[in-house]
Amino acid sequence: MIVRILGEGQLQVPESAVDELNELDARLETAVERNDEPAFRGALEALLARLREVGTPADPDTLEPSGLIVPQEDASMAEVRRLLTDEGLIPG
Amino acid sequence: MAAGCYEGMVAPMGVMKRVQLVFRAKANKALDKMEDPRETLDYSYQQQLELLQKVRRGVADVATSRKRLELQVNQLQQSSDKLTRQAQDSLAAGREDLAREALQRKAGIQSQQGDLQVQYESLQGEEEKLTGAAQRLQAKVDAFRTKKETIKATYTAAEAQTRISEAFTGISEEMGDVGMAIQRAEDKTEQMKARAGAIDELMASGALDDVVSGPRDDIQAELDRMGASTSVDHELAQMKAALASSAPRQIEGSQDGATGTGQAPAQAAEQAQDAE
Repeated sequence: MIVRILGEGQLQVPESAVDELNELDARLETAVERNDEPAFRGALEALLARLREVGTPADPDTLEPSGLIVPQEDASMAEVRRLLTDEGLIPG
Repeated sequence: MAAGCYEGMVAPMGVMKRVQLVFRAKANKALDKMEDPRETLDYSYQQQLELLQKVRRGVADVATSRKRLELQVNQLQQSSDKLTRQAQDSLAAGREDLAREALQRKAGIQSQQGDLQVQYESLQGEEEKLTGAAQRLQAKVDAFRTKKETIKATYTAAEAQTRISEAFTGISEEMGDVGMAIQRAEDKTEQMKARAGAIDELMASGALDDVVSGPRDDIQAELDRMGASTSVDHELAQMKAALASSAPRQIEGSQDGATGTGQAPAQAAEQAQDAE
């Protein structure tokens, strides 16, 4: 599966790693729901760290859309909220 | 938005999937608006080229701001160095009060410098990110161009539809990502410009740089005054010495004393002049 880290590009991630990534992602989502900034920061860092471990850079020429997209490392919780609802954050 | 908006969801989907769906929805919406698939290809390609231009301009803008910051950091460093020298000169001249004042100002400048350094590094980071984004987009745009020609040459309009959708969705995601990166860099550059403008104003007002380099430099003025008064003392001492040598021998002892005290102010005057 291809996973995009915003601002960094796409990674090729083995299917075997997806469950684990989803668990880390669930922690991130819970933190956003609870408006828990420290938990959010920790969860985002953990998710990105694991993703970088299991992923390899995707072919730069590929036009394949990503199956999952992760916010950038320095994203604020407010930015992630706006991303989830597309409140004009993605241009175009 | 309120956290409660998520409560109605049946099953948690995860942030990654939801963000992906938002990107996908955006691409689908754009696709739906276009009637002729082939037209979609050319239109999208034009947009890609425009975005490439925009991201390259973004890189140049960030670089310009970064260089401006670099200049200001250097100017502050010069001011700080000068204040150090002035503090040393003041202390050598026995003026601890002036030395303290100089060091206090230096501390203020160093704090500004530290802030600017943080901003500088942040801009440097944005510049690197945008450069990377430009390279990634370039690779995708090249791939899209090749694919576009293949689709046009090989497939009927109906067959082309699926392939066009795929290529368009893929490039659209990259464009959205790059567009956000440009926006973030612009925001940081704007903040930085406001900050740099404020520092320029401070320098122009004499609160930072002009205090130590221009005619309003009161520490230097005080050192100059001291230099002038010590040279007056020195000349006075010389005159006294000259008078004494032509006077009766009983004041010989005080003549030696006058010459002795005349030496120290002369050194202080030279040091003060060096500092100018």
